[in-house]
Amino acid sequence: MTAIAVDAALFASLDPPRLAGARCADCGTVTFPAQPGCARCTGTDMARVELADRGTLWTWTVQAFEPKPPYRVPAAGFAPYGVGYVDLGDVIVESRLLGGPGGFEIGLPVRLALLPLWPGPDGSTVVTYAFEPAGAGG
Amino acid sequence: MSGARDEVCIVGAGLHPFGRHDPALTGMAMGAHATRLALADAGAAWADIGYAVGGSNVSGKPDTLVGVLGLTGVPFVNVRNGCATAGVALATAANAIRAGETDLALVTGFDKHARGAFAASPADYGHGDWYGETGLMITTQFFAMKDRRYLHAHGLKDRLLAQVAAKAFRCGELNPEAWRRTALTEDEILRSRVINPPLTQYMLCSPSEGGAAVVLARGDRAADLCERPVRLAAVAKRTRRFGSFEVFAPWLPPQAGPSPSVDAARAVFAAARISPADVQVAQLQDTDAGAEIYHMAETGLCEDGAQQELLDLNETAPTGRLPVNTDGGCLANGEPVGASGLRQVIDVVRQLQGRAGARQVPGRPRTGFTHVYGAPGISACTVLTV
Repeated sequence: MTAIAVDAALFASLDPPRLAGARCADCGTVTFPAQPGCARCTGTDMARVELADRGTLWTWTVQAFEPKPPYRVPAAGFAPYGVGYVDLGDVIVESRLLGGPGGFEIGLPVRLALLPLWPGPDGSTVVTYAFEPAGAGG
Repeated sequence: MSGARDEVCIVGAGLHPFGRHDPALTGMAMGAHATRLALADAGAAWADIGYAVGGSNVSGKPDTLVGVLGLTGVPFVNVRNGCATAGVALATAANAIRAGETDLALVTGFDKHARGAFAASPADYGHGDWYGETGLMITTQFFAMKDRRYLHAHGLKDRLLAQVAAKAFRCGELNPEAWRRTALTEDEILRSRVINPPLTQYMLCSPSEGGAAVVLARGDRAADLCERPVRLAAVAKRTRRFGSFEVFAPWLPPQAGPSPSVDAARAVFAAARISPADVQVAQLQDTDAGAEIYHMAETGLCEDGAQQELLDLNETAPTGRLPVNTDGGCLANGEPVGASGLRQVIDVVRQLQGRAGARQVPGRPRTGFTHVYGAPGISACTVLTV
């Protein structure tokens, strides 16, 4: 499949999947997605950086009801999905989670993956980022 | 009470009950109704009001109300600060009195929300469309995830969420104006529909409909207008600082920082020259049961982790040592966003005036506190005294 990012600004690369953020040259704060100013020190010298692709689950829940728009319901219909914050060391990012909630717990090692969303142009698939338990699929 | 010119007092309060009403009844009409009740409570006329502030999130521009209340030419400020709207509106009106712009001000708020969780626009919060489209921009997710993190960090059990909700509905049962007036057991709450685990249906407040208004007077006029005026001893509002864990945040830094509730509460207690331990009745933003739990600590009313014992001993009930949300809070009243913070203030005013009926806190409380928190990370607090 040809994958197209739901928003190109989120990714440093799709293959392999890597998220892009910004690091403040003055204080080292890392943001996600990249932003032009530093939330901590008010600096404006922000450089684009690739984020770690592994981390640990910081908190989580399950989206058990179908959200209202602007959420886009998958073609196969709504199914509950995991949501969490993942600690990547220098930044904690909010993310969809793959896999069943049975194994979710704070501190769980997770790794970055792609989540297909909906069909894109010319047979492509629009994808976003997600994290999955690091033990899954070897 | 012989009030001073540099004091601001609440001399009238009016509430259009929160809940689900006739589809034809507009939010603005509920705001007008609450405003007239507040004016009548103060024995004041709309024409006496020298400054007005109104808040609504989705139900129109509040200053439109002058068309039905009367075109007196009064200055009227509109506020739209999410769930913190009413707190910011109150602060704005109080400051107008302190600045000498008027000696009598009106604060009003109203909203009429559709059923179900709020649908927010990513662009309104500076996010790309992806954030909404991929299903991350849902307030209840944040509540659940902040709750889980807080309970985990302080060794609290999920059941505490049900204890808080059960307390809210017991208070609702005592409040003839509450939306939800049926007590529920902890097991009924735990077994209700899962929304975002660990939160179930009855642990979350529902967007609702309603209006609320208060009349503020300069201290030296208060006694003429009200038998038992309530002093707005201090009001403070803050936006978030670096490191706080906020709703609609795609990222946060690893190093935690104080929430805006921490900052606003510290500021208001310092300005009122009292300690959180002096509070005898409190209203805290309880958008979900967990929010009441961590806001108790963020505002300084208890230590982190002390909530379990307080709930086990029923200390946050109207008859307890630290009564919280005695009118049932957002959980039993739902939340018309523009009015919600004024409902809190009105509950505390009635408690301090001894007019709270079946939910009255015994022992003639003299010091109250209110706290609102809203997206994308804003809080406003008041200290109210008699």
